Amino acid sequence: MSVFSEAFDWLSTSTNWHGPDGVPHRVLEHLGYTALTVVIASAIAIPLGLWIGHTGRLRGLAIAVTGALRALPTLGLLTLVVLWRGIGLTPPIAALVVLAIPPLLAGAYAGVESVDRRTVDAARGIGMTEWQVLTRVEVPLSLSLLLGGLRSAVLQVVATATVAAYIGLGGLGRYLLDGIAVRDYPQMLGGSLVVVVLALLLDGAFALLQRLSPT
Amino acid sequence: MTWARANSDRLVDLMLQHLWLSVVPVVVGFLLALPIGWWASRFARPRAVLLAAGGILYTLPSLPLLVIIPGLIGTSFLDPINVAIVLTLYALALFVRIVADAFAQVSAEVLDSATASGYSWWQRFGGVELPLAGPVLLAGVRVASVSTVSLVTVGALVGVSNLGSLFTEGFQRDFRTEITVGIVLVVILALVLDAVWVLLGRLLMPWTRLRGAG
Amino acid sequence: MKLNRTLGVLSAAALALSLAACGGDPTDTSSGSDSGSTSSSKSIVVGSAAFGESEILAEVYAQALKAKGVDASTKLDIGAREAYIGAIKDGTIDLIPEYTGNLLLYFDQNATATAPADVESALQGALPDGLAVLDPAPGEDKDSLNVTSEFAQKNGVASIADLAKIKGLKVAANPEFKTRAYGLPGMDKIYGIKDVSFTAISDGGGPATLKALTSGQVDVADIYSTTPSITQNKLVTLEDPKNLIAAQNVVPLIRDDAQSDEVKSTLAAVSEKLTTDALLELNTAFAADSKPTAADVAKDWLQKNGLV
Repeated sequence: MSVFSEAFDWLSTSTNWHGPDGVPHRVLEHLGYTALTVVIASAIAIPLGLWIGHTGRLRGLAIAVTGALRALPTLGLLTLVVLWRGIGLTPPIAALVVLAIPPLLAGAYAGVESVDRRTVDAARGIGMTEWQVLTRVEVPLSLSLLLGGLRSAVLQVVATATVAAYIGLGGLGRYLLDGIAVRDYPQMLGGSLVVVVLALLLDGAFALLQRLSPT
Repeated sequence: MTWARANSDRLVDLMLQHLWLSVVPVVVGFLLALPIGWWASRFARPRAVLLAAGGILYTLPSLPLLVIIPGLIGTSFLDPINVAIVLTLYALALFVRIVADAFAQVSAEVLDSATASGYSWWQRFGGVELPLAGPVLLAGVRVASVSTVSLVTVGALVGVSNLGSLFTEGFQRDFRTEITVGIVLVVILALVLDAVWVLLGRLLMPWTRLRGAG
Repeated sequence: MKLNRTLGVLSAAALALSLAACGGDPTDTSSGSDSGSTSSSKSIVVGSAAFGESEILAEVYAQALKAKGVDASTKLDIGAREAYIGAIKDGTIDLIPEYTGNLLLYFDQNATATAPADVESALQGALPDGLAVLDPAPGEDKDSLNVTSEFAQKNGVASIADLAKIKGLKVAANPEFKTRAYGLPGMDKIYGIKDVSFTAISDGGGPATLKALTSGQVDVADIYSTTPSITQNKLVTLEDPKNLIAAQNVVPLIRDDAQSDEVKSTLAAVSEKLTTDALLELNTAFAADSKPTAADVAKDWLQKNGLV
C-alpha cells in the first residue's frame, strides 16, 4: 500500500497547496464547473419537472427521457462536442449538464406528485390560482425531494467534473490526467482523495439542509 | 449509416462485450448488496457507516480505480475483470442504499404478524419481506443498470474493448459518425436491458402489474 | 476503508467464479488466427496502443508474420503505455510497435539522449529482463512543434529558437509536456523560451489540439510529426536545431520467448521499408473519408511493398 502513503505525502507537501496548480485553486475551479453545470441544468430541469408534476402531463415521456439521458455516456458526449465546437468550456459543461438533468427532473416531478392531493384540492377550494397552488403549496411541500434531486445531481457532477481536464481546462481532473501522463500515481490518488473529500463535504452540507427543510 | 453497415460485425461484437460487462456488475452487485442492505436496514449504526462507505465508493473517479485495481488484486492490466470489478463496486455502492431503503419501508407490524403466525426467519424473509421490498428493489436495479451501461464506456480508456472504443477511435480520427453510432448503441442497449428488468419484475412480481411500472 | 477492501476481494472472487463459467475470453479480438496451425513456433499476439498509427503498424507486423506461416493474431487498442507494457510483461501480448525515445523515457525517467543512435543504445541498456527491441525502422514519428502559416509569417518564425522573442507564448500539448525534458523545461533550458502559458490537452496532438491551434486559442501545438493534419492544414513544423526533441524511430518491442529467426527476419524486412514517408502514407490512408480499417490499410501497404 505504499502508493497510499505516497499519496498522503503528496497531499502534505506544501508546494502542492500554492499557486495555480495548488489544491485550493483546483478545488475552486472544480466547484466553479460544478456550480455552472448545476445552475444551467436546474434552469432547464426544475421548471419542467414542476410543470410535469403539477399538470400530470407528459409524465410517461419524462420518465423515458430521464432514462435515456442517464444512459448517455459522458465520454461519448464530450468527444462529440469537442469535435464539433473545439476546446473550451462548452464541451465539458454540455456533457455534465446532460448528466445533471435526470436527477433534478425526477426530484422536481416526484416531489410535486408526492404532495397529498387533498391538500392541493383544499388550496384550490379556498380560491388559489394554479400559480399560487404551485408556488405556495406544492413547491414548499416538495422541498425535501427537490433537494434530494439537487443533492444527487451535485454529487454526480462533482465526481465527473474531472473530465474537464481532458481538453485543457483545470479542476481536480488535472491531477488525474497529469498524473497518468507521467505515471505519477501518488498525484493521481491524492487528487482522487481530494475529490472524495469534496464530495463528502457537499453531501454532508446537503444532509444538513434537508434536515432543516420542512416535511 | 453506410459506415455502420460496413462495420456491423464489429459493432455486434462490441455490443455483446458491452452487454456482459454491464450485466455481470449489476447482478453481482445486487446479490452482494442484498444481505448488506438488509442488515443496514435493521440496525442504525451499520446503516450510517455503510451508507457513508457507499457514498465514498461512488464518488471515487473510475479512471484511477481502473489503474489501481490490477496492482491490488494481481490481474492483468487488460483484463476486462478489472472493469467488471470497478463497476460492481459502483453498483454495490448504489444498491446498498436502495436495498436498505427498500427493506426499511416494510412495516414492522407486518413482520411481527408474520412471525406471530409461525413463519420461520427464512419463510418470513422470502415470503413477506422480499416481495414487499420488491418494487423498490426493481426500481433500484433499473437505475443501476442504466448507469452501468453508460459507465462501461470508460473501460475503453484502459484498453478494454466495448462500445466506448468507438468514442476513443472516432475522436482520434475526427470521425463524428463513429461516435454518434456508439452513443446511439449505448442508449439502445440501456433501454433494451431496462425492458428486460421490467419484464423480469412482472414475471417475479405479478401483483405489481396493475400499478404499472414507474 | 478496510470494509471496502474486504468487499472488493469478495466481489473479485465472485466474479472470477462467474466468469470462469462463461468460458472463453469474449474480448479477444484476434483477427482470425489460424487455429490448429501445425507451425512449431509459438503463436504470437501483436498488441497496439490506442491510436491509429500503432494499430496500423500492429496489423502490418501481424499480417507480415502470418504470410510467413507464423501463427499471429492481434489485440489492438490497448490504451496507454503503462497498460500495454504491463500486458507484454505478463505475456498477454508478445509483440508491439514502439517508439525508441518514448520507450526509453518509460524505463528511464532521467534519460537525456536525443540523437537516434544514442537513444537506441540507451534503450538497449534500459529494457527490463525478458523484453527486447529488434532493429529500429528508419522512419520516426515524434513530437513536433507546429504553428499556422499565418503565425509563422507574421512573427517570422521558422525554428523553435525563434519562439524566444515572442512574449506570452501560448502552447498546447499533452499533459506530460509540462514536466518532461523535451517539453517546457527543455524549451526554457535549451532555447531560453520563458513565461509560456500552457494548455494540456489529452488527445496526443489530435483534433482538439489541432482545433485549438487553427482557431488561434494557442500559438504553438505539439503534434506527432507523421500526422496528416500537419500537411492538410498547411502548418509549419518548427525546426529543432539544438535537438530538443528526442528521436522516435519505430521499433518492434518483443518478448524474449517470442523471438524466432523467422519472426526476426520478417520484422527486419518490414522495418526496413518503414520510412517517415511510409508512416505518413499509412496515416493518410487511414484518415481517408471512407474510414477504412487498420487491417485494410496495412494489407494494401504490405502488398504494394511486396512483403506479403
